[in-house]
Amino acid sequence: MKIPIMYNLRNLVARKVTTLLTVLGIGLVVFVFAAVLMLARGFRETLMSSGDPSNVIVLRKAATSEMSSSISRNQANILKTQPEVVVLDNGKPLVSGEVVVVNNLAKRSDGQTTNVTVRGVSQESLTLRSKVKIVEGRMLRAGTSEIITGKGAAEKFKGCGLGESVEMGNREWTVVGVFEAGGSSFESEIWGDVEQLMQAFRRPVFSTMTMKLKDPTQFASMKERIEKDPQLTVDVKREIDFYEEQSQNLGLFIQILGIFVTVVFSFGAMAGAVITMYSAVANRASEIGTLRALGFKRRNILASFMIECILISLIGGALGIFFASFLQFIDISTTNWQSFSEVVFGFNLSAGIIIGSLIFSVVMGLIGGLAPAVSAAKMQVVDALRAA
Amino acid sequence: MKIIKLVLKNTLRHKLRSLLTAIGIAVAIFAFALLRTVIDAYFVGVEASSDTRLVTQNAVSLTFSLPLSYKEKIAKIPGVENICSGFWFGGTYIDQKNFFARFAIDPEPFLELYPEYVLPESERESFIKERNSCIVGRKLANKYGWEVGDTFRLIGDIFPGDWDFVVRGIYDGAIRAADETQMFFHWKYIDERLNQTSPGRSGQAGWYYIGISSPELAGEISEAIDSMFDNSVAETKTETEKQFQLSFVSMVSTIITAIRVISVVVIAIILLVLANTMAMTARERISEYAVLKTLGFRPKHLVGLIFGESSLIAIFGGILGILITLWMVPAFYGVLKQFNMEGFFPVFEISKTTFVFCAIAALAVGIIAALFPTLKAVQMKISDGLRQIG
Repeated sequence: MKIPIMYNLRNLVARKVTTLLTVLGIGLVVFVFAAVLMLARGFRETLMSSGDPSNVIVLRKAATSEMSSSISRNQANILKTQPEVVVLDNGKPLVSGEVVVVNNLAKRSDGQTTNVTVRGVSQESLTLRSKVKIVEGRMLRAGTSEIITGKGAAEKFKGCGLGESVEMGNREWTVVGVFEAGGSSFESEIWGDVEQLMQAFRRPVFSTMTMKLKDPTQFASMKERIEKDPQLTVDVKREIDFYEEQSQNLGLFIQILGIFVTVVFSFGAMAGAVITMYSAVANRASEIGTLRALGFKRRNILASFMIECILISLIGGALGIFFASFLQFIDISTTNWQSFSEVVFGFNLSAGIIIGSLIFSVVMGLIGGLAPAVSAAKMQVVDALRAA
Repeated sequence: MKIIKLVLKNTLRHKLRSLLTAIGIAVAIFAFALLRTVIDAYFVGVEASSDTRLVTQNAVSLTFSLPLSYKEKIAKIPGVENICSGFWFGGTYIDQKNFFARFAIDPEPFLELYPEYVLPESERESFIKERNSCIVGRKLANKYGWEVGDTFRLIGDIFPGDWDFVVRGIYDGAIRAADETQMFFHWKYIDERLNQTSPGRSGQAGWYYIGISSPELAGEISEAIDSMFDNSVAETKTETEKQFQLSFVSMVSTIITAIRVISVVVIAIILLVLANTMAMTARERISEYAVLKTLGFRPKHLVGLIFGESSLIAIFGGILGILITLWMVPAFYGVLKQFNMEGFFPVFEISKTTFVFCAIAALAVGIIAALFPTLKAVQMKISDGLRQIG
C-alpha cells in the first residue's frame, strides 16, 4: 500500500515558503547548468554549420587559420584542375579561391572597434555554400566595390546594414545585400569581390581554396595525392573538420568553466535540499507516526519522502529550463582567438540539454533527500507519535 | 553576554543543519572567488601595462604590418625615447595544443622598454649577440623543462618554414602581473629569412612599442604619429599600452559579462540557502520567542538573537569558503593546464580584493537572510506566538 502522492503535493502547498526557496535554489543551479551547455553548444553549432560535408578546404601547410594561410595563383591553378572536383554546366570547376583578412570596424552597441572577418569571394562561393541565401538586396557584382554582409555583421557593426557603406583599405564599399547562412559563422562576415579586396588590402595571393567534391568518399585519396605534390605545400582538410578545429579552444573553455562552476553550485543546492527535507521530517514526526500507526510500512515512508524530494527538484529543474529557454533570443558576439575575429552566436537548446538538466536536478534531489528520508523511515512509531 | 551564549547554543542546536548551511555558503563563496579570479586573469595584461609605453599598429587591424621606414620617422618625434619593432609569430611548437605567446622583437630596445622582465646580465648579453637565440619566461621554461643552451623548433604559419631557436636566457617577472609564459626572439632573424624567401614581405614590423619620456605626452605623441601617416599606404593607430591591452580584453567582453552575471546568481543562491534555514529556525522557535518576550526580553534582544545566529553561520561559511578557495583555485588552474590552456591565463592568482569581496558577501548575506524572520518575531503578538505550532 503506497502513500498517495496527493499527500506530498498538499504538503508542498502547506509549507509554501520553504518549498519555494528550495525550488528556487535548485532552479537557479539548473538554469546556470543549462545556460552553459546551451552556450557551448551554440558556439560549436555556429562554427560547425559553416562546414559542408562535401566541401574541402585547402590551406598553406601548417596554417592554423584562414588568415595565416596563403595560396599562390600558380598553386591555385593546379588545385582547380583536380579530377575529383565538381564541374559546372559552363565547364568551370566548382572551386573558389578566397582571400580572408581581418579589418577593424566599430560595433554599433558601444563604438568599440573589433576585428571583423572580410572575405574576398568569387561568383562560385555562393554555389559552394548552399546555406548562404541573400535575404535583403542582391548579390554583389564582380569587379566593383560592392559588398554583401552577413545578418549578424549587418546588425552588430557600424556601416554594415543594407545601403550603408564602410571604409576599408582606403576605399568606400557599399552594402548591396544582406545574407543568411543557416546560423553559421559566415553571418558575422563581410563579403566582397576577391580581386578588388586583394588590391585594396595589397594581398596578391589567395588565403584558401574551397572546392566541392563529386564524391566525398574520394577525399582521402585526393588529400594524399595533393599533400605529396612537391609543387604544392598545402594541407587539405574537410571543411567540417577545419571549422571544428577553429571552435575547439573557446568552446572547451566555456565548458570547463561552466561545468566546474555548476558542479560546485550543485553542492550548495544539495545542502539546501538536505536542510529542507530534514526539517520537514522533524516537523512531521507526528504525521509519520500516524502514517505508521495506520499500517504504512517503513519503505512506504521512505518512498514517500524520496518522491517529495524528487518533486521539488523536478519543479526546480523545469523552472530553470523554462527561464533558460528564453536565452535563445539573445545573441552573443565575442572574438574567437583561433580566427582572431568576431563571431556572433546564440544559446542553443536541444532535447539532450533538457533531459540532461532534468536528470541533473533529479540527482541533486535524490542525493539531498536520501539521508532525511532514511531517518524518517527509521523512526519508532511510539516516539514519533509522542514528538508533537 | 547572555545573548552571545544563547546565540551559540541556538546555532549548535541543529548541528547538521547549521553545518550544511555553512557548507552551502562556503561553496557559493568559492564559486564567486573563482569567477572573480578568472576575470582578474583576463585583465592581467592591462594591470602590467606602463603609462610611458605606446603601441603603434596598422589602422586596418593588427594582422597588417607597418613599413620599417616608420621607425626612423617616429623616433624623431620629440618625447619619443625608445622604439622597438614587434611581431606576433604564431606558429606551432610540436602541435597546436602547446600554445604560448611568441614575439619577434629588437632585443636591446625591448629589454630597456620592459624592465619588469629581469634577466641575468650574462644571459642578456648572449641573447643580444646571437641572431637565432631567444629568451623565455620562467613558467614556460619550467613547463617544457628548458634550460639555457637548449634548442627547440617552431613550425611557422604566418612565417612559413621551420625555425630553430636556442634558449639564451630565462627571465623572471619583477611584478606580479608580469607574464612569464612568453618567448621573445630577434625580429632580424625573421626579416633576414623573408628577404631570401619572399622579399615582398621583408622590411615590415607588426607594430611598434614606443617608450615616451612622460605619461602626460601620451595623447600628443599618439596624435603626432597618426597624423604623420594619414592617407599613406599604411595608416596607423597609436594608443597607450593600457588601451592596447584593453582592446584584447574587450574582444571577450561578452564572456566577461556572462561570468559577472553568474557571480551575481551565485550570491543569490547563497542567500536562498541561508534565508531558508533562518526562516525554518524562526518558525520552529516562534513559541520560544513568545516565552522570551513574556519573560521581559526586549525586541532588540530578539533581533540580536536572530541576527547573531545568521551572521555566525555566514561568517563560518565565509571562512570555510575562503579555505576551499585557497585549495580549489589552483586545482581549477590544474584542469586548464591539463587541456593546455594556461597559455591564455599566464597569471592566475586570487587577489586581495577578491578576499575582501568574499568576506563582505558572506556578512551581507548573513544580515539580509535574518531580516524577514526578525521582522516576524518582533511584530508577533505574544498570545499568537504561544498558540503557534512549528
